[in-house]
Amino acid sequence: MGQAIAFYTLAACILGFGVLVITAKNTVHSVMFLVVNFLFVAGLYVLLGAQFLAVIQVVVYAGGIVVLYLFVVMLVNLKRPPEAHQDRRRRGRLGVTCSLVVLAELVAIAAYKYVSPAAGLPPALPMGPDNVAQVGMLLYTDYLIPFELASMLLLVAMVGAIVLAKRDL
Amino acid sequence: MTPITPVHYMVLSAALFIIGVIGVMTRRNIIVILMSIELMLNAVNINLVAFSNLWQNAAGQVFVIFVICVAAAEAAVGLGIILAFYRNKETVNIDEMSLMRW
Amino acid sequence: MIDLLVIPLIKIVIVLTGVLITVMYLVLLERKVQAWVQVRLGPMRVGPHGVLQPIADVLKLFVKEDITPVRADKVVFTLAPIIVLVPAIIAFAVIPFGDQVSIFGKPVPLHIADLNVGLLYIVAVASIGIYGIILGGWSSNSKYPLLGALRASAQLISYEVAVTLTFVSVILVSGSLSMVDIVTAQKANGVWFAFVQPLALSIYFVGALAETNRSPFDLPEAEQELVAGFHTEYSGMRFALFFLAEYANMIVVSAVATTLFFGGWLRPFPSVAFLHFLDFVPTWIWFVVKTFLVLYLFLWIRATLPRYRYDQLMRLGWKVLIPLAIANIIVTAAVKVALSD
Repeated sequence: MGQAIAFYTLAACILGFGVLVITAKNTVHSVMFLVVNFLFVAGLYVLLGAQFLAVIQVVVYAGGIVVLYLFVVMLVNLKRPPEAHQDRRRRGRLGVTCSLVVLAELVAIAAYKYVSPAAGLPPALPMGPDNVAQVGMLLYTDYLIPFELASMLLLVAMVGAIVLAKRDL
Repeated sequence: MTPITPVHYMVLSAALFIIGVIGVMTRRNIIVILMSIELMLNAVNINLVAFSNLWQNAAGQVFVIFVICVAAAEAAVGLGIILAFYRNKETVNIDEMSLMRW
Repeated sequence: MIDLLVIPLIKIVIVLTGVLITVMYLVLLERKVQAWVQVRLGPMRVGPHGVLQPIADVLKLFVKEDITPVRADKVVFTLAPIIVLVPAIIAFAVIPFGDQVSIFGKPVPLHIADLNVGLLYIVAVASIGIYGIILGGWSSNSKYPLLGALRASAQLISYEVAVTLTFVSVILVSGSLSMVDIVTAQKANGVWFAFVQPLALSIYFVGALAETNRSPFDLPEAEQELVAGFHTEYSGMRFALFFLAEYANMIVVSAVATTLFFGGWLRPFPSVAFLHFLDFVPTWIWFVVKTFLVLYLFLWIRATLPRYRYDQLMRLGWKVLIPLAIANIIVTAAVKVALSD
């Protein structure tokens, strides 16, 4: 019961702020709504028992990535805001198409669930109370090479961003 | 009230994903488009964590960490490109980003 | 029911009141310490030796006119001080103020929550506070606040990296992210982590000075250059909220330093047996005393050191502190592996 209330509240907030992100006229307001959206997603992770991810979500997304967005929004001090797409009808058509796709997807999910109930996958590492240790153990054993690759990716991205943003090297 | 099943999370995730898609399709401000992409990545993450919880397997959460890494890299490079573009063209409208050279 | 709701609620009320009163008197303490360093008397008029000065200040700020600039973004302008203050206060949720005590025969731990990701929670909460500063500067629609806000956020992000890296080396030694476990690990090791990780402590302290915008790193509000930085356009109660948040943040970083490096609520020399007579002092007193000693260091430094230039600040952060912190992590990990064999 409590879980259901928590889920529906969080879901409503996530979707509501998601809509606000893409509809807000002012880009700074958009960024603020994005932060709130991420915080509610972090709440959802706590509900799912992934405390470590919830905190990482706040540190990296809300505390790092979105601050970058805010910086760029402020540096890009717009004199003429980018207007909406010229073809006004395109937006309506697109909305209908997207909704139809989602509807089809949801119907497929529901149908699949009734046709073939999930067989049940044996848990590789049963999740205990210590979520941090669990994720860390997997990250540094089974997923060591992807982990190293991810760090290389971040390094390359960092160099790339500096090269792109610097006026003259 | 029915108990919360992974289907609930999948519906939420699909809805959030579609909000991101609509944002990418309808907005012309490239910063908002990048933010919509972040929304879509988050939708994927919700799915991964929900299934990690369903199977009681932390591997799903490890994938989310990789997704967050990629999102950080994408944001850094993407925003760098936006800054470089803005410096040359004084706009962030994606429709004006159609030239290969200027 | 009592365990789930009433006791945490009482604890929250006590911590909240305690923090707010401490903040009020920290301002007075700062003015007094500054005055003593400069061979002055400081506030003396309100009450004996000025002890009622904070109350007078608060009353003054309450009744002052609250001005919103005409071209400001009103909603964001109102929200910004709240966004700064709330993270500063909720960070106290995971700080262990003392050992378990028994009240009416009921064991009550002296912390609000013992999260298994406690240390990361503090990092996360601290990173949210940046938004209040950026948005406050931006929404004022004025040049100096915007410059101050950009400076502040760049500084905060840069030094947050170094500070978080020092946390990693502490986590390596303690083996846990929970604040309570970090204190008990220091008890088990019989030595404060300040002696195990002296380099981490120094990096943390410099980073903490920068993160709380304290002198010598108070560039975001450098009076001579930027009027008052990001809160130039704020007045009355909203300005007070920014002020409150700055001092609450100082208490947070001091409390974290105490917990991570100075043994939290442990008595001095926790492993020396013949000092057992010190145990008659309640554990939370040790915590408060240590936190205030760290806070005093902040005030002392403000009265002593001149301000850095901005390029010096950035160079110190990125080229000195972060490489040192990474080297410290590598050495700590290597020593830990070598000792475990």
